[in-house]
Amino acid sequence: MLDTTHHTGLPLRPGVGYKAQHYTQIMQRPEHLGWLEIHAENYMGEGGRPIAQLRHLAEHFPISVHGVGLSIGGTGDLDNDHLARLKHLISWLNPASFSEHLAWSTHDSHFYNDLLPLPYTPKTLARVAAHINQVQETVGRQMLLENPSSYLGFAESTMSETAFLRELVAKTGCGLLLDVNNVFVSATNLKTSPHAYIDDFPLHAVGEIHLGGHDEDADETGAPLLIDSHGKAVVDPVWALLDYTLAKSGPKPLLVEWDTDVPEWHVLADEIARADQALAMVMS
Amino acid sequence: MTFSQAAFQSAILDPEAAVPDGVINPGGAPAQKRFNVYRNNVAVSLSDALEAAFPVVRKLVGDEFFRAMAGVYLRKHPPKSPLMMFYGDVMPQFLGRFGPAKSIAYLPDIARLELALRHSYHAADAAPLDAQALSLLSPDALMGAKLRIAPATKTVTSDYPIHAIHRANTCTDAPKPVMQAEAVLITRADFDPEIHTINAAAATCVNALQKGQSLGQAMATADDTLDLGAILGLLLAQGAVTEIY
Repeated sequence: MLDTTHHTGLPLRPGVGYKAQHYTQIMQRPEHLGWLEIHAENYMGEGGRPIAQLRHLAEHFPISVHGVGLSIGGTGDLDNDHLARLKHLISWLNPASFSEHLAWSTHDSHFYNDLLPLPYTPKTLARVAAHINQVQETVGRQMLLENPSSYLGFAESTMSETAFLRELVAKTGCGLLLDVNNVFVSATNLKTSPHAYIDDFPLHAVGEIHLGGHDEDADETGAPLLIDSHGKAVVDPVWALLDYTLAKSGPKPLLVEWDTDVPEWHVLADEIARADQALAMVMS
Repeated sequence: MTFSQAAFQSAILDPEAAVPDGVINPGGAPAQKRFNVYRNNVAVSLSDALEAAFPVVRKLVGDEFFRAMAGVYLRKHPPKSPLMMFYGDVMPQFLGRFGPAKSIAYLPDIARLELALRHSYHAADAAPLDAQALSLLSPDALMGAKLRIAPATKTVTSDYPIHAIHRANTCTDAPKPVMQAEAVLITRADFDPEIHTINAAAATCVNALQKGQSLGQAMATADDTLDLGAILGLLLAQGAVTEIY
């Protein structure tokens, strides 16, 4: 287990998920933004514009590296090639934070480019903990693990997600990335309480909070089915859940994510301003 | 009921497969539509990655055809790595065997060109050699010299006018392609790969240099349609030679 005493070097300000189309606007007024998050896998080429742009951005902003491809929840071994690429990126970039997901995406050497769910049992807990230890030892720093969006449950699960995450923190010293939109999506889909989830969440371990938008659908019984699309504005109940969380946790670095149907910069700037207000309420 | 990642995996790309055991709605019933969210996410994200990788192939076959073709491809060739920037590496071979695309004989070669452009875009940076450095060598020394070629430099040869077809589908006012064999050199002086039409002999020569052969050896691999001065001049002007060794 890695000795990990603090969570990230991110400032207590809003950041944004970086999209190359916003490069010019971001660089025009860098003081309006606390930090940037990038998806690790997009910067694992050998060179060219993406790497050059990232080097430049890192001169102006603290960077959070957010991995989407490690498959920490997978039943198989971690992909050593991918782990080596991650280690390389983290070593040259020296980001303020590194995070990944409680999910799997690779099985039998096939990668599915989605965050797939796992049951919460002592067996999966042991495996995920071993993977987190391996990642933290390889990259030489603490990682944050993000709570997933759930669309369904597993008959096999014997632990709540919050208990599962708390155990992971205790076993590995990892921190957590709390996505309040994911909390809202999962609670709606699984008919549980988002506030009860936050009440039971190990908030002391949270190093970063994510905000994003979701789509609305219904399952075959007519029950609401929210899809974590990152393609819309954050909805009011999620902003309210953020306020509820921050009131308990104190200020945390906040991130606005918008990955599909990416809007003009001013739309994101409005979301960032709202996140700034939410943070200001608990900063005094 | 024990969850099996293997069962989840095999059902995720097979729309006909039953929902895996143990995957449930809040009420405990099998989670049909909820499982389909993952099916849809996976198929759409992989299809989107292929669209981003092969814009000209897509333009040539149309959106609807491309989506259907991508649906077959992603089930037959799911990614083997999380680097989605390189997803689609066997698209040329796939298209060569894909019956519905048979009528567009040049499609696999356009896919090869688009793959080469993508690999060039993400290739390692390399500082170019001063163009004067070669002129300082005696003719004998020049022929014995090996030239390190920048990693972003690629060649594609085809029986079809791939550069002309690519241009006609990416630039307005490009001339109509004339059916003829074409070879291209891709260079990346800065960040944007650029395509240059060369002849097949020049492509052979560049490939030999990339494999570490001397200029004299590389020249000997190509036939007498090679214009060595022209291809060397192009490589140097585009910053595609990084070292004499």
